[in-house]
Amino acid sequence: MIEVKNLSKYYGPKLAVDNISFSVKKGEIVGFLGPNGAGKSTTMNIITGYLSASSGSVTVSGYDILKSPDECKKRIGYLPEFPPLYPDMTVREYLEFVFDLKCSKSKLKKEDHINRVIALVRINHVEKRLIRNLSKGYKQRVGIAQALIGDPDILILDEPTVGLDPKQIIEVRNVIRELGKEKTIILSSHILQEIDSVCEKIIIINNGILMANGSPDEISDMLSSKEEFTVIVSGDREKADSVITNAIENVSDVKFVKETSEGLEYNIISDFGKDARENVFYTLAKNDLPIMSMKSSTLTLEEIFLKLTGENAVPLVKSEPEPKAQNKSFKEAFSDMLGIKKEGK
Amino acid sequence: MNAIYNKELKAYFSSPLGYIFIGFFLFASALTFMVTNIQESTSNLKAFFEGLNTIQMFLIPILTMRLLSEEKNSKTDQLLLTAPVSITHIVLGKLFAAISVYGLSLWLTIIFPFIISIYGEISRGELISQYVGFLLMSSAFIAIGTYISALTENQLISAVATFGILFVLFIIDRIAINVSNVHLAAFLNHISISARYGDFSRGIINTEAVIYYISVVSLFSFLTVHHIDKKRWI
Repeated sequence: MIEVKNLSKYYGPKLAVDNISFSVKKGEIVGFLGPNGAGKSTTMNIITGYLSASSGSVTVSGYDILKSPDECKKRIGYLPEFPPLYPDMTVREYLEFVFDLKCSKSKLKKEDHINRVIALVRINHVEKRLIRNLSKGYKQRVGIAQALIGDPDILILDEPTVGLDPKQIIEVRNVIRELGKEKTIILSSHILQEIDSVCEKIIIINNGILMANGSPDEISDMLSSKEEFTVIVSGDREKADSVITNAIENVSDVKFVKETSEGLEYNIISDFGKDARENVFYTLAKNDLPIMSMKSSTLTLEEIFLKLTGENAVPLVKSEPEPKAQNKSFKEAFSDMLGIKKEGK
Repeated sequence: MNAIYNKELKAYFSSPLGYIFIGFFLFASALTFMVTNIQESTSNLKAFFEGLNTIQMFLIPILTMRLLSEEKNSKTDQLLLTAPVSITHIVLGKLFAAISVYGLSLWLTIIFPFIISIYGEISRGELISQYVGFLLMSSAFIAIGTYISALTENQLISAVATFGILFVLFIIDRIAINVSNVHLAAFLNHISISARYGDFSRGIINTEAVIYYISVVSLFSFLTVHHIDKKRWI
């Protein structure tokens, strides 16, 4: 549905987005994560055609954003970081204007469609008020309504829940989940629970570099090492303690976590570069301490985020090398254009 | 383009701007009419339109100052530029809306020739050519103002800069008279937008002048579109 290839964007000499490639399939809800100034909004602005990329390409449903911008823009509903509202219009006037702007050629019925959108984001009771007099939360909702006008297949929402109160946040999340059933959604946020609860896939960028791309579990797997894992052992606490801390090779650190209904939970870290899991298994078995479960520690999204946006973070995705610009000489380019072939000697 | 045009037109009249513009335009033109025609007891409107020309130099910047600068300042340009509408349509929609408001105020001044026609003779052909020429000339100024409003996010800067440029264009043919270098003088005369108006005020609709004004409007519309497009790349 959306293909982003080798996207880079310079603001003057500053590189804001550095060779990012990813794709979003139909029906996916993708969370865009990154610290402030990571390049999230810039990337979104390029996908929606507000900005042009310095290099790289964006295709939406097979259409290139530069070659057929109208075809792409028709399919995208965009809520920018600051909702683009006209304070002197009433909510309905504004949505009517957006409808006229986006759907001059569509078959949608104006009244019905606007009513449907208004009902969906629940702004019925403010539709006759001037946007200038609305609270931030309502402005944000009008912004979302604006993105929904024209029934676009793709929604790109830049921090959709900013400024909303907790109840509204839950409502908006539900709206997004509801919409996600039939639409492709990219949403950015730095509220991690939000991404966790709404998105199936996350894309993390930091300093303009794509750090990770996949489902939270996949990314967690990639990040968590074999070196750290959790074991639940059934048996006596003292015995287990002494066996685990002293008798196992290749174990560098053991922490007792808690007593669960299954048994005693330990967090074990192997020596650097070694996998102690086999040793743990055999030693505990020999000492009559059955293992009830053993798993590598899964990271929470918060941990993933901190690991990938830290100072020395290493990207989990290898960026494809940028295709070399074909440095044709003027003469070559000219003869290419005219279709003149080089004569072999 | 229609959506933008309608929205702009509404915007003029949902804020005080449109009313103040038209009100002040009519007030100033009424004063001018009193001085140039009633006190002079003449039915010739040449001096009246010259007065209007001075007035529009002050008023056109007010009409155009917010056209594009406000969109950029309030980030609503993100809505326009991500909608399936070309930049050309956005710019033309806005330009035509400003010209329409201007045209409306100009059309209301028809009351003055009407007053003259009650008490005296007025040449209808000359009157038509004067109005047509004047609207064309003003459209050229409005296109310049639109371009300048695309250059800045600040409405005040936009208005002052537009006024500065209109002022230079207003006096440029008077400067040209004192320039000894023939080529330079010819050049200055050529870019003087007001100088082209001369024929219209004598009742001649000169094709060259018509094309000249349309070219100026096209040129500055093109520059505006180009500027907005270029901004996306930087």
